[in-house]
Amino acid sequence: MTVVTAQHADPRLPGRALCVGGLSFRLRARTVAVCLGLALLALVGAAVTLSTGDYPIPLPDVVRALVGDGSQASTFIVVTLRLPRLLTALLVGAALGLGGAVFQSLTRNPLGSPDIVGFTTGAASGALVALLIVKAGPAGVASAAVGGGLATALLVYVLAWKRGVQGYRLVLVGIGVSALLTSVNSYLLTRADVVDAQYAAAWLTGSLNGRGWEHVGPVAAALAVLVPALLLLGRRLRMLEMGDDVAKALGVPVERSRLALIVLAVGVTAVATASAGPVAFVALAAPQLARRLTGEPGVGLVSSALMGSCVLVFSDLAAQRLLAPTQLPVGVMTGAVGGVYLAWLLAREWRSGRS
Amino acid sequence: MARAVGTLDRQGDVVPASRRSVTALRGAGLLVALAVLVLVALLSVALGAKPIPLSEVVDVLVHRGTSNEAVVIWELRVPRTILGLAVGAALGLAGALMQALTRNPLADPGILGITAGAAAAVVVAIAFLGVTSLVSYVWFALVGAAAAAVVVYLLGSAGRGGATPVRLALAGTAISAALMAFIQSITLSHTDVFDEYRFWAVGSLAGRDETVLLQVWPFLLVGCLLALGLGGALNAVSLGDETGRALGAHLGRTRALGAVAITLLCGAATAAVGPVGFVGLTIPHIARAICGLDQRWVLAYSVVLGPTLLVAADVVGRLVARPGEVEVGIVTAVVGAPVFLALVRRRRIAQL
Repeated sequence: MTVVTAQHADPRLPGRALCVGGLSFRLRARTVAVCLGLALLALVGAAVTLSTGDYPIPLPDVVRALVGDGSQASTFIVVTLRLPRLLTALLVGAALGLGGAVFQSLTRNPLGSPDIVGFTTGAASGALVALLIVKAGPAGVASAAVGGGLATALLVYVLAWKRGVQGYRLVLVGIGVSALLTSVNSYLLTRADVVDAQYAAAWLTGSLNGRGWEHVGPVAAALAVLVPALLLLGRRLRMLEMGDDVAKALGVPVERSRLALIVLAVGVTAVATASAGPVAFVALAAPQLARRLTGEPGVGLVSSALMGSCVLVFSDLAAQRLLAPTQLPVGVMTGAVGGVYLAWLLAREWRSGRS
Repeated sequence: MARAVGTLDRQGDVVPASRRSVTALRGAGLLVALAVLVLVALLSVALGAKPIPLSEVVDVLVHRGTSNEAVVIWELRVPRTILGLAVGAALGLAGALMQALTRNPLADPGILGITAGAAAAVVVAIAFLGVTSLVSYVWFALVGAAAAAVVVYLLGSAGRGGATPVRLALAGTAISAALMAFIQSITLSHTDVFDEYRFWAVGSLAGRDETVLLQVWPFLLVGCLLALGLGGALNAVSLGDETGRALGAHLGRTRALGAVAITLLCGAATAAVGPVGFVGLTIPHIARAICGLDQRWVLAYSVVLGPTLLVAADVVGRLVARPGEVEVGIVTAVVGAPVFLALVRRRRIAQL
């Protein structure tokens, strides 16, 4: 296998093209540094999550417990209680970041995240029907959420289809469908018993409370399939960003690629929603936050996924510890912190006159 | 102009015949819309759990009387219809104003964070200040809406570029997300607040008596007048910042006055009936589809079409689930969404 590096031609995008066999990637020093930094940050968050709490465990003991060499108590707390929750947070965050990045890139709109395009609301509708009308258990709720989300995404795609799907129309149709479903959701909430309704509302917020290994397995398995496929299609995503005509001229099968990307992005978002509920704002904010750090013109898949993980891990940490012993759902935290942070970031950027 | 066949208007400019006929057509269309509105309002008084024939409705409306029907009409249906008319006009107008000001076809009280501001204030009032009457919600909702509008506007206009459409939408989304999280954290830990809030949040005309209208009408009236007066300035704004400024439009003043009008209209309407979606989003699109891009006509049509949609939706909600009813917020969404989707598919809405 030969590894060839070459200086990138475009002076505005300094970077190196890395060719491994038949595949070639463009690497940019700043992007790589940001990705490494985010990975490190996620690791720090993980260490803090595993070692602190009602029962603090020193870091060396955590490591010992992880490699199967710790005391019974610390092994139980770290491996059975804290690790699955942490892994769920990492995986769900990455999935939401990825899904958001693909949608924002396809729609060429920072607001084009799954939250806005109706997927999250559809998942919520499915879950509400399962919770309040069918009275299903957790597994039933999760599959109803995925089903509702997929059906909504399909509906939005079909409704937006008109000799191809144009990004802006997809967002508009998504907003329409999602507003419709929002009222259906609030209607369902008013017709239910108050205890059921409040339980449903808590689910709708998105929470990582009480997540065990049975939640980690499905997410990990689904992501192991979906993420490589998405990363491979990432090259086509770059070309689609240049516009349909340019992409066509570059030999990209536009509609087929877009459909495949949408299906995969909906897939990762659905898996995330099934295990943690529709956690607000991560899919919307993570790609934008990552883009501002890397300074790239478009959203990046890897950096968005890492940023999503960081956001969710630290939000969950805050949700657990901030008002202890009250455990807030992580969705409350992502919404509040993410919203305020995005507002601050926008204000800072606009004040410095960079956009 | 060689082919300028027409008359002179007051300024002495030549008004082409074609433009005069367009104006006449738009005026006639507005009259038709007004007639439909009157019909819908009459139906709203006539239909419900106990249907009353239209002839009797007219008779009772003219002569009053003391029959059971008269009591139903005057005590229940007329106040409800008037509230529907007022709120519908406010929401339609606010939507048109917002879409013109931000030059954003997606602008809607929800997207710019104003509904969330009102809702957050109402939740605080219920949870921490022990407010339980609808009448008192109004003040909190108004303050919340105003605060959210100010924060979103300040955030959106920070820096040199001023408040561009994309900035306002992003700022609104960010503030909304934070506020919704705040609402959730309160409603999830207070069951009684959640119980109160979920019925307000669905958006309904039921059980809102005339005291609610008495509380909000001054705000709605001022907001309406302010909005209708901005039509000409909005036409300049719609040409873009540079062109508008070159034409002598006071962009800052127009935006500030528009924001005040939007806050008054949305805050009062949301306080009165809860967040009713889709009227503000859909009505301006329908208005533009009928009368084109002249903002003065768009505003006029929105004032008439908004209440038509809201009251018609309320009537439908009363009919489909007799003797119970489906809240108006649900019906506007179910009715408004397909209209909106059809418009999105048919017209190039992205280019406003």
